[in-house]
Amino acid sequence: MGTIAEKIISQHAGRPVSAGDIAIVPVDGVMATDATAPLAIRAFEAMGGRRLWDPERVSLIIDHASPAPNERIGNLHKLMRDFHERMGGHFYDVGEGICHQLMVEDGRVQPTDLFVGADSHTPTYGALNAFAVGVGSTDLAAVWLTGKIWLKVPQTIKIELHGRIPPGITSKDLILFLVGQMGIAGATYQAIEYTGPALRHLSLASRMTIANMSAEMGAKTGFVDATGLALPYEFTAVFPDPDATYSQVYRFDVSELQPQIALPHSPDNIRPIAEVVGQSVHQAFIGSCTNARLEDLQMAARILKGQRIHPRTRLIIGAASKRVFNDALRDGTAQILSEAGAAFITSGCGPCVGTHQGIPGDGEVIISSTNRNFRGRMGNPRSLVYLASPAVVAASALCGEITDPATLLAGEEWELL
Amino acid sequence: MSVLRGVAHVYGDNIDTDRIIPGKYTKTLEMDHLAAHVLEDLDPEFSQRVQPGDILVAGDNFGCGSSREQAPLALKAAGVSVVVAAYFARIFYRNAINIGLPVVEIGPHAIQPGDQLEVDLTAGVVRDLTDGRPYQTNKMPQVMVDILQAGGLVNYLQEHGDYT
Repeated sequence: MGTIAEKIISQHAGRPVSAGDIAIVPVDGVMATDATAPLAIRAFEAMGGRRLWDPERVSLIIDHASPAPNERIGNLHKLMRDFHERMGGHFYDVGEGICHQLMVEDGRVQPTDLFVGADSHTPTYGALNAFAVGVGSTDLAAVWLTGKIWLKVPQTIKIELHGRIPPGITSKDLILFLVGQMGIAGATYQAIEYTGPALRHLSLASRMTIANMSAEMGAKTGFVDATGLALPYEFTAVFPDPDATYSQVYRFDVSELQPQIALPHSPDNIRPIAEVVGQSVHQAFIGSCTNARLEDLQMAARILKGQRIHPRTRLIIGAASKRVFNDALRDGTAQILSEAGAAFITSGCGPCVGTHQGIPGDGEVIISSTNRNFRGRMGNPRSLVYLASPAVVAASALCGEITDPATLLAGEEWELL
Repeated sequence: MSVLRGVAHVYGDNIDTDRIIPGKYTKTLEMDHLAAHVLEDLDPEFSQRVQPGDILVAGDNFGCGSSREQAPLALKAAGVSVVVAAYFARIFYRNAINIGLPVVEIGPHAIQPGDQLEVDLTAGVVRDLTDGRPYQTNKMPQVMVDILQAGGLVNYLQEHGDYT
């Protein structure tokens, strides 16, 4: 009968719903960041909000401009801390990490949940089969007040991925390929179900990278088939019914997939790496909610171990969370990267969203493991941002130009993490 | 408020939120600050040229990208009375309604810069008074109509206390 989206929304609505229906549903968890919470606090107060409907389900995270780069933002952070003091809830201050990583690490979102985040990459939690949607500040404030949100039940696009992802090719290459195929508006107003044998061996981190960039196709949310998913707790996965109705079904064989690059100035401007190899690079960034987890840093470390990055390229790294950074310290990954010349920054969103910690100069070329390369995204409309996997970013930092990591690790097969 | 008239400022497809208001300017609660930088990387003179009541017109997928509510807020603070597009990205669409900025979807259109437009929100019609063409707007879910009629989600919840 139902797609994953229809099943989760029906369960929350307390009645069967299908694509196109409007449902007012209870929310299991909600989060906002320093980019969205200040406006939400103002809206909540204007609505007459006196207390959060359920503080245990509310998280606030300082990650978008963290630590505060100026007094204006310092005061917005203070506003959030004061709100938390009065209202309760969970608070993640400077350096704890990136909102989406924290929600998953701390179990604030779990399979079958209906989660609302005031950030467009909230669909990341589809990696663990939550129905997770991004909203703006006023919608978020309304959840704080009522514990509910209204939703139009989305249609669903099914993307079947066959074959086996080749060694050295990452889930980032896969999702960039799909964004290129579907286009930046290819899934607008819809949910996506990613399924098929190519996904079964993927880690939670790799699945999060895929679900995360559902946003770059305009999707409301995206679910990665839970077959093979491992979580540190018992859970019930959601699968679509065999007779579920899809708006579109796509099938791809990924056995020949090569590293993929998004060229300026749109995430769907995708080319195989062969077409851009040799493009010189001034700054390389490994970070963001898309690609800054331990496996991403380890991948970079395998490429950079015992080497030194190119003298005319700087490499900036921001781990997805403090926990990820501590893990990378403990296993030696951070030391390898630091000795190779990487500059570690506070865990957060700054360079990706152009607030601070690495704004490029005019005409500079950036290769980045992030999710968007719209003009001006990284803070300078006269810079050129290329998106790639952490492996490609590391290889490019090493050589000072866009480089296929396979050419550096010839003969040495490295398993997909 | 149900009939709005103004001059069209016309842009293309896939205008993302970074071009509506760059992320570096969004960390503020000052609406004047947002208005000063609206559409800065797309049309640097827009913020000087726009007059209260003007109408922003775009193609497909207007407002794609981030969830920043500062995007519709910046347009509203700059004086834009309504945004007309072929269709919108979903978070922008919700955000605009929630802050009381009307947005209407009309599919493919031939509206030119400088055209005089009339947007009848109740009847669901956009008329290009310069070339005489009418466009039907896509129907909005009733809950959105109610929120827009209240002047936004803050007013709606002040009035109702909950979703009704």
